[in-house]
Amino acid sequence: MLAESTTELDISAIEAGQAVKAMFRKQPLFVRNLTDKEIAEADAVDISELRDPQTLAERTKEGKANWLITMGVCTHLGCVPLGAGEGENRGPFGGYFCPCHGSAYDTAARIRKGPAPRNLEVPAYEFTSDTTILVG
Amino acid sequence: MSFPWAQHYQPKAPLMRWLDEKLPLPRLAYNAIGAGYPVPRNLSYMWNFGVLAGFCLVMQIVTGVILAMHYAPNAAIAFDSTEHIMRDVNWGWLMRYSHANGASAFFVVIYLHIFRGFFYSSYKAPREMVWLLGVVIFLLMMATAFMGYVLPWGQMSFWGAKVITGLFGAIPVVGEPLQIWLLGGYAPDNAALNRFFSLHFLLPFVIAGVIILHIWALHIPGSSNPTGVEVKSESDTLPFHPYYTAKDGFGLGVFLIVYFAFVFFMPNSLAHPDNYIPANPLSTPALIVPEWYFWPFYAILRAFTADFFFIEAKLMGVLAMFASILVWFFLPWLDRSPVRSGHYRPLFRKFFWFGLIPSVLVLGYCGGSHPEEPYLMLSQVATAYYFLHFLVILPLVSAFERPEPLPFSITEAVLGSDKKAVLGDNAAAAS
Repeated sequence: MLAESTTELDISAIEAGQAVKAMFRKQPLFVRNLTDKEIAEADAVDISELRDPQTLAERTKEGKANWLITMGVCTHLGCVPLGAGEGENRGPFGGYFCPCHGSAYDTAARIRKGPAPRNLEVPAYEFTSDTTILVG
Repeated sequence: MSFPWAQHYQPKAPLMRWLDEKLPLPRLAYNAIGAGYPVPRNLSYMWNFGVLAGFCLVMQIVTGVILAMHYAPNAAIAFDSTEHIMRDVNWGWLMRYSHANGASAFFVVIYLHIFRGFFYSSYKAPREMVWLLGVVIFLLMMATAFMGYVLPWGQMSFWGAKVITGLFGAIPVVGEPLQIWLLGGYAPDNAALNRFFSLHFLLPFVIAGVIILHIWALHIPGSSNPTGVEVKSESDTLPFHPYYTAKDGFGLGVFLIVYFAFVFFMPNSLAHPDNYIPANPLSTPALIVPEWYFWPFYAILRAFTADFFFIEAKLMGVLAMFASILVWFFLPWLDRSPVRSGHYRPLFRKFFWFGLIPSVLVLGYCGGSHPEEPYLMLSQVATAYYFLHFLVILPLVSAFERPEPLPFSITEAVLGSDKKAVLGDNAAAAS
């Protein structure tokens, strides 16, 4: 429903390298705690080569570069990509992988390969404390 | 309108005379589907499918109204209420399987009806309006079928609704707000389910209305026929009843045998097993495909994998998919050949059987497959041919083709000579 405007999430239990699927506006929301290696991989990319050029820093909050919070909705036709659940295929770029039409996202959830036109959307959110976020 | 030799309705019983003065419904039926409607004498079984399509619509409305008595359009219980129909409602399984397979049957019949029109150029003057209304009916059918498929609220229902409304999201600027407005939310949910149910109930009656216009427009020039030669005299026609009520009745019998073979012995063979999993917004099925009757169009949608000039691949796919049907509206003016029937058009015939038909079949096969090579490349080639066929090949063929000689009349085509039509009243003297 449109009225469901904000969702509060406790992220204290998410270890580095882990991700969870939450619900925001009846759609899946991916909350991922990136490892240092994943952050380094995302920063190493030459953004001029990207379809939707953005740095990891632009897609996360200042000082919280390890918290990658995106919609779990592929920008192609709206499927839920794999990679947030335990043991799911994260695709060739280590981020998320959409099984419907083969879109592959990197560790900053940026589109790298496949038909999707844009990076996974970063919703409006803020840290209300070190371990809770308010989305929307 | 009808031909001057059409039989006239003459009520004999006093009650029928009384009714004819007050409300001449029997007269309407007599002149539309009775002995008062002369029809070309040479119609083949390809002319059965209009009547069969009408039968399908009636059957879908009857089974659908009964299903609606037991179905609950609420996202929390829609799936369960569908299973309740299957398990608890007396004869509910028959109603649901008849309805679900009825949709497939309807599309089989309508595709044969449409391709009959392509081969015999039924869209040409003076029947352009019949054709245009037919395309409108087809578009309404597609919308109705799509919304009906959402109602059981299984995985395919949910993700089908998401992907199809996502097509509107591809429109620049207004796309995303439009998609949210259509769904009544960010993702398919109760609001979407309710409006789809409401529209799924309404649209069949709109279709029935357009069908009345379709038949009305048909009855002004009268039916076309396999030679494409217009009716010239009384010997070219037969009264609709009993000749074509009998022929259509036989076709209906054959149709029902095939249809009920599906309903009773393989009711789920055309369905997708994922739709027996309740809708889950957090998990996408591995392969999202629509019902088989949308596969060719779905293949066109997915054929655009790279940006086309400055248009995004996603938008281009959507435009091409809609264009693939909208192009039918222009057929009467794209195909300029004065000869109607494919039987007398050697070049057109080759492109029809070895171009159009294979390209649509390839698209259908690819639309039901995983979106990967070689299916993507195949759908790109088939899509290219499909549009070339209508936009380039048909106009060129009609300009350069040398048609074969037409028979003088329908009677001549059937009997080998038509002295009466050639010689008029002198026929008796000449023989």
